Amino acid sequence: MADTKANSGKLLDIRNLRIEATVYPPGEAPKTITLVHDVSLTLEKGKVLGLIGESGAGKSTIGLSSMAYGRGGVRITGGEVILNGRDILKAGPKGVRALRGREVCYVAQSAAAAFNPAHKLIDQVVEAAMLHGTATRAEAEKRAVTLFKKLSLPNPETIGERYPHQVSGGQLQRVMTAMALCSEPDLIVFDEPTTALDVTTQIDVLAAIKDAIRDTHVAALYITHDLAVVAQVSDEIMVLRHGRLVEWGGTRQIIKEPRQEYTNALVSVHEIEHKEQQPGTTPFLSVKNVTAAYGGGHVKVLKNVSVDIYPGQTLAVVGESGSGKSTLARAITGLLPPEEGTVTFDGRPLANRLADRPKEDLRQLQMIYQMADVAMNPRQTVGTIIGRPLEFYFGMKGRERDKRVAELLDEIEMGKGFVDRYPAELSGGQKQRVCIARSLAAKPKLIICDEVTSALDPLVANGILKLLLNLQQVEKVAYLFITHDLATVKSIADSIAVMYRGEVVRYGPKSKVLTPPFDAYTDLLLSSVPEMEIGWLEKAIKGRRMESAGN
Amino acid sequence: MSYPILRLVAQRILLGIVLLFAVSVLIFAGTQILPGDVAQAILGQSATPEALANLREQLGLNDPAWLRYVHWLWGILHGDFGTAQSSGLDIATSISTRLKNTLFLAACAAIVAVPLAIILGLIAVRYRNGFVDKLISGLALASTSFPEFFIGYVLIFVFAVHWQIFPSISTVDDSTPFLERLQAVVLPATALTLVVLAHMMRMTRAAILNVMQSAYIETAELKGLKPFDIIRKHAFPNAIAPVVNVVMLNLAYLIVGVVVVEVIFVYPGMGQYLVDHVAKRDVPVVQAVGLIFAAVYITLNIVADIAAIVANPRLRHPK
Repeated sequence: MADTKANSGKLLDIRNLRIEATVYPPGEAPKTITLVHDVSLTLEKGKVLGLIGESGAGKSTIGLSSMAYGRGGVRITGGEVILNGRDILKAGPKGVRALRGREVCYVAQSAAAAFNPAHKLIDQVVEAAMLHGTATRAEAEKRAVTLFKKLSLPNPETIGERYPHQVSGGQLQRVMTAMALCSEPDLIVFDEPTTALDVTTQIDVLAAIKDAIRDTHVAALYITHDLAVVAQVSDEIMVLRHGRLVEWGGTRQIIKEPRQEYTNALVSVHEIEHKEQQPGTTPFLSVKNVTAAYGGGHVKVLKNVSVDIYPGQTLAVVGESGSGKSTLARAITGLLPPEEGTVTFDGRPLANRLADRPKEDLRQLQMIYQMADVAMNPRQTVGTIIGRPLEFYFGMKGRERDKRVAELLDEIEMGKGFVDRYPAELSGGQKQRVCIARSLAAKPKLIICDEVTSALDPLVANGILKLLLNLQQVEKVAYLFITHDLATVKSIADSIAVMYRGEVVRYGPKSKVLTPPFDAYTDLLLSSVPEMEIGWLEKAIKGRRMESAGN
Repeated sequence: MSYPILRLVAQRILLGIVLLFAVSVLIFAGTQILPGDVAQAILGQSATPEALANLREQLGLNDPAWLRYVHWLWGILHGDFGTAQSSGLDIATSISTRLKNTLFLAACAAIVAVPLAIILGLIAVRYRNGFVDKLISGLALASTSFPEFFIGYVLIFVFAVHWQIFPSISTVDDSTPFLERLQAVVLPATALTLVVLAHMMRMTRAAILNVMQSAYIETAELKGLKPFDIIRKHAFPNAIAPVVNVVMLNLAYLIVGVVVVEVIFVYPGMGQYLVDHVAKRDVPVVQAVGLIFAAVYITLNIVADIAAIVANPRLRHPK
């Protein structure tokens, strides 16, 4: 209508898209910032375009513009979004409602949050198809069951009768894909659909999505920050940064011959060389036969776990969610007193309960968490946050404390100008650095790092890992590094404990743990880590020896 | 363990019963602490010591307090609230007509007020921060801010004196036919509706706005649902628990807190009955009414709790 030049092969044609938002910085006048700067893209019918970049790159914002939707006060202020030959930005509220859920459907990052907890899955899956009159209730339900089957969900006939909380995260993500496919749209926007899942579950969901796309000939915008994932499903990849186009090309070209420096950095992000240290003669912290449970002994989450940590070295604990990794940390710190077994520190047993431990023991074990922003008091400045352990453990005050805070800030490469800032004024990576400085301030022997890089963009996470390794050299601190990401483990660990359903299934020096022959679970974990290689997904699925626990 | 919901509901009901017993102890103890002697109050200042002693014996006032409590409670459990000292009438009979009247008035007010408040709340969310929202909130808050006697007299002035559509005095008795009864309570019910409306409306609005932040609201929006359908189908079911809570509190108010409105419209309900007998220092009546009011409060709050439990799909459909 608005544009008659659109040829028949083109489904989506975004031209010079400009997206803005108004921000309200504290104590300043509101100002308009531009999130997306004149980005253009085209997508042909049945093709998959991957949008990749770190957070703030504008990937989701661009993806949602294909539904004429701006999340949280975001405004599309310039350009055209031509879908099926018409500019949908001029369609008006009614016209936009007619295309949402009909021509374009959306698959969110967290299906657990995106499903309404009050309604059955089937009611939500068929809702859009019925609303737009593309099917009767019976037809839509039949279609849904077919899709459940195609996405290899268990009990496809009856799973729709369940409520969202009765289904696992990986299954829910597949149900959401079925929901998007149910109204037979021309385009689906996948917004980080596997990011919140375990690696072992991610591979299943990824394969299911890929098959569904192939069989239904639907076009897709696949948004992710993980280049290895997008390489498995996309025909083309578009790299974005700070709302601008960096590079756009075929999948093979982007991952094999990136033309831009930034793309190259993304491609080679995980490669940190870390030489494994030999375990010393005596560990300073030993966990011996620890069993721990929640609910007064009803739910055993740790079963007979034994690991050792050597001075100045890193023990990585890997496993999928629910395997008991974080519970191990809670048992060591005394937050969850073990039912059986002991934790010895420097040759003497530690009190089971946190409340029974002397201050000195508390000082020796520090923690860093996944969510740096909720681990800091938003009303305290960086200086106060880092200075607190100095006062608490060493009684430092005034100039002496400020001097030490400045030294610590130097160590985390945040030299000048950060002391008086509040957490809200820092980026995600900077927040995590402040948390690291806070734990170092106590001069501990061990820092427990619980998924400290999981919430960060790959390049930022990489910086944090390098910082942790440098600090280990300088401060001789040991790490207990909890993660589900095997690439991270390779970069940082000296020894590795693989956990599965509350038990350590494989334990030893890194080189041994990562050398075949593998047990079935370690094999599954290792083979599930996406590799930046076209066709990896099919190979990995074929070579599997066991199903993931999330299935 | 397979039906956690039944266990939770049973727990609430048992707790309610325990609470009611505790309240009965408090009410009984409270009236015992009050100064004055019942026998003296009945016989007056000029009574002879012998007559007082006889009456005390007759009323069982010489028994220890716990025994009198047990007798009192035992009577109540059998529907015997005792007799009113001031009139000598059976309390249970007097209360039953009064309670019926009060419940009738409360029901009339609730049938209008609750749906109206919720619908206004939904509309306010649909046009949030716009003109309609501000108009609804402004009017509702204004009607709540006026004292109920003021609203009552304005209603009487407009509808009973000026236009003469409804009676200004809402006297009813057992023989009043239903329609006449209904006509009699129109003005007091309207006054009550205006008093409780804003509280429920604002709470509905706040509870739904809270839910509107959820990711599943975005999902609904991206399916192409109309804004009002999103609120009705996807937001409201998840806001039921807080809404039911505030509705029940207001229903309780409609039953136990309507003294002023009853007095203005001369409506023979529980509130008036209580006030009359407080003035006459008629302790058995005050005890009985206090206990009934407590029971109403506790019952309605149990209903709210149970509704919140049942509205939660995680409890209704365990894994």
